[in-house]
Amino acid sequence: MSSTILTDKGETPVASVDISAPEGAGQPNYTLTPRTSSTGGIESELLEVAMGPQHPSTHGVFRMDVVLDGERIVKLKPVFGYLHRNHEKIAENTTYLASMPYTDRLDYFCSLTNNWAYALAVEKLAGLQPPERAEYIRVITAELTRLVNHTALIGFLLQDMGASGTPLMYAFREREKILDLFESLTGARMMCNYMRFGGCRCDLPAGWLDETKQVVAAFPQFLDEYDRLLSENEILIARTQGVGILPHELAINASITGPMLRASGVNYDIRKVDKYGIYDRFSFRVPLGEHGDVYDRYMIRLLEMHESLKILEQALKDIPSGPIMDPKAKIRGFRPKTGEAYGRIEGPKGELGFYLISDGSPNPYRYRVRPPSLINLTILEDMCLGQTVADVVVILGSVDIVLGEVDR
Amino acid sequence: MLGEGIIKGLAETAKNFVGSYVDGERLTTVQYPEERIAAKEAARNFPFLVFDGSDPHAGLRCVACQICEKECPPKCIYITKSKDKKPDYIGKPQFYPAVFDIDISVCMSCQICVEVCPFEAIKMDNEFELSNTDRFGGLLLDKNQLAKSNDFYRKIHPTEAAEVDARLAAEKEKAEAKAKADAEAKARAAAAKAAAPSVTKPAPLQTT
Repeated sequence: MSSTILTDKGETPVASVDISAPEGAGQPNYTLTPRTSSTGGIESELLEVAMGPQHPSTHGVFRMDVVLDGERIVKLKPVFGYLHRNHEKIAENTTYLASMPYTDRLDYFCSLTNNWAYALAVEKLAGLQPPERAEYIRVITAELTRLVNHTALIGFLLQDMGASGTPLMYAFREREKILDLFESLTGARMMCNYMRFGGCRCDLPAGWLDETKQVVAAFPQFLDEYDRLLSENEILIARTQGVGILPHELAINASITGPMLRASGVNYDIRKVDKYGIYDRFSFRVPLGEHGDVYDRYMIRLLEMHESLKILEQALKDIPSGPIMDPKAKIRGFRPKTGEAYGRIEGPKGELGFYLISDGSPNPYRYRVRPPSLINLTILEDMCLGQTVADVVVILGSVDIVLGEVDR
Repeated sequence: MLGEGIIKGLAETAKNFVGSYVDGERLTTVQYPEERIAAKEAARNFPFLVFDGSDPHAGLRCVACQICEKECPPKCIYITKSKDKKPDYIGKPQFYPAVFDIDISVCMSCQICVEVCPFEAIKMDNEFELSNTDRFGGLLLDKNQLAKSNDFYRKIHPTEAAEVDARLAAEKEKAEAKAKADAEAKARAAAAKAAAPSVTKPAPLQTT
């Protein structure tokens, strides 16, 4: 296929540019033809709508190009990349340690689990082993992070459904208590930058364990309150049950992980499968959903918080004293030996992995993040087809995305 | 019964509403500019330079080694090394930063400069009310704006500062002891040399 360049003088251009493109490229694979709607003899046509990037329910700068037949979704195309910050390439051009604060900014709700996943990958690469106490601190902070993420998520999910304000503010009130704990431990509420290769940056401040025990002891009361507030609400049930169903075969094929996968009834939790860190020492159960709809995803998160509290109780009881850094670890001049490593953890949103290749220099040769939010988002269209516009907002909310991690 | 769940939820809201008048736990909002929560000891925001004593220039601990400049992830530190030297806290002559700027509009408060500094010269401040009408010059802090006394550091991070002070005091003591031992050894050697130069040492070769 060739096209001619139009010039002002009307001359024949010297060189014609050959733009060869596959047949149908750039063309939508649906037709905007007038058609008769199912409701009667009214002529209607498909409507293309761009939801986002400034739409209030998109959880960040994220666009969904939807094609609507009346109010039903015919096609949905997620468009992301608005928040791309070149994280992976920056990490390849800076030292291993200097990437640690950038991992905080991936999924900014769960900076401590991001830190852990990255530290785990580097520890595998460099052959470091965190001491016992550091492992316990990591479990405690990671489970607190899970509580932070899930409380915020269910607050936002209910906000998306129109329960504006109240549930979100209740969730934020509880989240604030945990963020206070993070601040007194790490110095920052959200950008914690706490874990280091071979341990943790600083030891627990005096009285921190007691404060945490109090927060953990008071948390089930909040969860029960939240349960009473909305779990039986008829409007919530009508809006969520049978909406956005993700069958478990599809979930496995699309490599969905985390609470979304478990809501579809697949028993896969990396804390159980991989037993990274010291998770084999704690007894906890993995809640599973049955239908894979939005309601199951909501309930899975509530139940997971109960299990996190169980882990926290055990960890807070058993935490030993001792050093918090591997003596082999060093802050300046860190050069792991040549090799590659993949470290993965069960983040609050799913499998969070870091893949690193070292060539023996102070910078990683290759640095790759496996972001759970992005991969869970790829299945959005399959869940939304045939649903209404209002349901799309709820389904997107139940996927639990953070655009910092999707776009990196 | 239809609507039972809604009523149950509303009862919960009502409980919170009424409870907020009785129970402080349920009323967590702090009216910020009027009321303030005391800063946590570990709280960090932007770095500052520590100086000992009362003179920010003479007491500045920074020796312009530029490690923090290299390790800073967003590269917000700018250092120019001095031409001459000044004595540090032990008394050893060291370079000092002729220019030390931190662009706090770029800084991401990660604390890596503090961790890599071998001289305990840069620490984290917990000041956060830094709004400025000049977004370029106003947020680029120079050496004089960054320099804060060790007393200030002790005030905002008491536990950490006590550890640092102890470590520096131990180093200084060690250095002083070493200097004293060196001086003594030198004096002894000199004395020995003066007492019996011909016995311990062969006579120096005479060149003609």
